[in-house]
Amino acid sequence: MLEHVDRAQRDAGRAWPRDGLTRVPFWIFQDREIYAEEQRRIFQGETWNYLCLAIEVKNTGDFVTTFVGDTPVIVSRDSDGELYAFENRCAHRGALIALESRGNTKAFTCVYHAWGYDRQGNLKEVAFKEGIKGKGGMPPSFCMEHHNPRKLRLAEAFGVVFGSFSNDVQPLEEHLGEEIYSRIGRVLGGRTPVVLGRYTQALPNNWKLYMENVKDSYHASILHLFFTTFELNRLSQTGGIIVDASGGHHVSFSAIDPNAAKSSEYASQDLRSDAEFKLADPSLLQSFKEFPDTTTLQILSVFPTFVLQQIQNAIAVRQIVPRGTDRTDLHWTLLGFADDTPEQRMTRLKQANLVGPAGYISMEDGCVGGFVQRGIHGAPDEQAILEMGGAGAESSESRVTEASVRGFWKAYRTRMSL
Amino acid sequence: MPVSDTVGLINHVQNAYARCIDDGKLEEWPDFFEDDCVYKITTVDNYAQGLEAGVIFANSKGMLRDRVASLREANIYERHLYRHFLGQAWIISEVADEVRSETSFIVARIMRDGTTDVYATGRYVDAYRLNGGKPKLRERIVVCDSSRFDTLLALPL
Repeated sequence: MLEHVDRAQRDAGRAWPRDGLTRVPFWIFQDREIYAEEQRRIFQGETWNYLCLAIEVKNTGDFVTTFVGDTPVIVSRDSDGELYAFENRCAHRGALIALESRGNTKAFTCVYHAWGYDRQGNLKEVAFKEGIKGKGGMPPSFCMEHHNPRKLRLAEAFGVVFGSFSNDVQPLEEHLGEEIYSRIGRVLGGRTPVVLGRYTQALPNNWKLYMENVKDSYHASILHLFFTTFELNRLSQTGGIIVDASGGHHVSFSAIDPNAAKSSEYASQDLRSDAEFKLADPSLLQSFKEFPDTTTLQILSVFPTFVLQQIQNAIAVRQIVPRGTDRTDLHWTLLGFADDTPEQRMTRLKQANLVGPAGYISMEDGCVGGFVQRGIHGAPDEQAILEMGGAGAESSESRVTEASVRGFWKAYRTRMSL
Repeated sequence: MPVSDTVGLINHVQNAYARCIDDGKLEEWPDFFEDDCVYKITTVDNYAQGLEAGVIFANSKGMLRDRVASLREANIYERHLYRHFLGQAWIISEVADEVRSETSFIVARIMRDGTTDVYATGRYVDAYRLNGGKPKLRERIVVCDSSRFDTLLALPL
């Protein structure tokens, strides 16, 4: 009886607040059952998840190990030139099939009992299948074709490889929509990316708190003083946000407009803006013209966990990997392009200082999620407020809005039936 | 100069370097470098694969000063300290005024609330100019053994 009451109260506490998209209950960042449900409904459901870049698996036999949600996945290129992706989980007893982050191989062999797989993820070898001297071995009824790790569908957008566990997922281009698809192309289309470096940032928070932060154009010029000070991003600049129809994908962009009058909005609001701050070596911010338009910043996200970043000439992809209700890995891949001049490459190396765990403008982003995760301890039934810029999740010319954060929750709740 | 004297000299300046950061005297930290220095923090994976970009890159002393100024004036982060433990410098070469060396390090991070963790291990891959007994770093590549960085990397390593 007591158990029944507890259960009923808990369920009541988990009802999503009724104020449309403007409230987010804090238990959504804490609950283990929600976490497990996300893996099933979102990451293994009808979504396209970032896996890797095509250039990282360019040659026959190249492979990378990656994740979809927290599920380990192998992506490999077979001799037919095609990419294949399958769970990094031996069909036998569940061990990881590949242990390295990347490499080149003819086939995959699980270290535990040497079950072997081809580069398409088909089980091809079972050690001692026939036994030894007629004794032991697998029963004759065992059929290798019926025992493969789960395979993923694959699709590429401008060299970005996405995968899905779902056979019913809509085609990638449709899933992204024209506005998002074309802006991936704006950064990566028509040229060959080169990996300049990689690292992982371990975040002490739920994965959704990082995605909220990525989509939050409201905080950018308030939390990140470095950005504001050097006029890389003022809310009064030209720019805006684009939210796709599902709500799940977004683009936030801004362009420096030298003709615009200097804004007095910051001074009047007493925000932490300090125009006196000067760099001893301003070469950090000396960009080269890379795009035909005037956009200096484009942050693009694809639901659930992919980010493509252009901050001046700092180009990177970020993959968000959930590691539990309050742990997230953020995998950064910093990019240049094959036709960069040495001077352009140097600019990219310098501007890489803007991002990552030591990033002038993103070191705070790695921390705020943890501040929320710690702040909401003891308050699972309280709610976050998302009313900046209204209650909708539509594209906007203003960046003083939480529309794309609301869009995230719109897409999330649809997929989670919440 | 006998090798042992060079080792002593490098160890001495590196102890001062660690003490400078651990004591929070970040404004003095750029003075361990030459004006045309390179300072980089990267991972052993990037380093081994010849990938140029890391977590921090600077190719002038001015950029190091900017890093400190940004930490002091612009960036927001929870108060914390480092405690560096350095191994003995291993001298790789000594040609004219330039010494190349490698030194292992462990850095513990002590957060505001007292939480203490091993934050990073790795090695300094260095090129010093001796400057007649006052060595300064022409290049310091901080090669971290792990490619994972916990939450943030604010203070220099």
